[in-house]
Amino acid sequence: MAQAQRPLSPHLQIYRPQITSILSILHRFTGVALALGAVVFAYWIAAASYGETAFERANALMASGLGRLILFGLTFAFFYHFANGIRHLAWDAGYGFDLKTLNRTGIAVVAVAFAATFALWIAAYAAAGKL
Amino acid sequence: MNESARTPATDLRAPLGRARGLGSTKHGAGHWRWQRITAALLVPLGLWFAWAMVGLLEFGFDHSVFRAWASEPGNVLLMTLFVAAMFHHAALGLQVVIEDYVHGATAKTVSLFASNVGMAVLGLSSVLAVVRLSLGV
Repeated sequence: MAQAQRPLSPHLQIYRPQITSILSILHRFTGVALALGAVVFAYWIAAASYGETAFERANALMASGLGRLILFGLTFAFFYHFANGIRHLAWDAGYGFDLKTLNRTGIAVVAVAFAATFALWIAAYAAAGKL
Repeated sequence: MNESARTPATDLRAPLGRARGLGSTKHGAGHWRWQRITAALLVPLGLWFAWAMVGLLEFGFDHSVFRAWASEPGNVLLMTLFVAAMFHHAALGLQVVIEDYVHGATAKTVSLFASNVGMAVLGLSSVLAVVRLSLGV
């Protein structure tokens, strides 16, 4: 059957970006990134169980420039998805829906994600004795 | 399609009887519920894993140190839980993204199949790796 030419609702680019909408799509984006991170994890843990050579090769990949960049991105994705996920669980429980709270918790989530990412990497470099 | 084509006059069942069993009876909330359960599990497990990795960096991820760490009973349990919750959560999340953005029945079915089977295989492989590491084989 031919599709009727009905008017479409206003599309995404019509709307002014807001904290709520940007953070919402960022939750999806970081979620997909973390799913790809799970693939990296699967390779790494499998390598560990294969033996020393495979494990050292996997760790060398992780420690390379590109590897570190990806892991840094995944760390941010993790902490963002983590903090915003808690925000989601609070919404599921019925809390934090008014606009003022929504914007405040949104900014807090971004701040927590950046702070936790840098804190973890500083702790990681300190633990590796490279600080 | 008109009404008589779907419900022939010879069909003696009541409308409710015909509908019963055709829907996602009692499983409709399963996806939503498990996404939340795995999310709640991943709050402590994710933090634990991140922190454990920082601790292991102190030993430069030496294989024997890692194996010793990975064979401690508490770590085996937490790693297994972490892997199961992570891959299940990833599969549930990817499913929603695919359902929203992939159009066309064939493309949708194929990508859902690939995503679900892929996450299941990687999750199982990771659990087996955790078990092998814990047994030192």
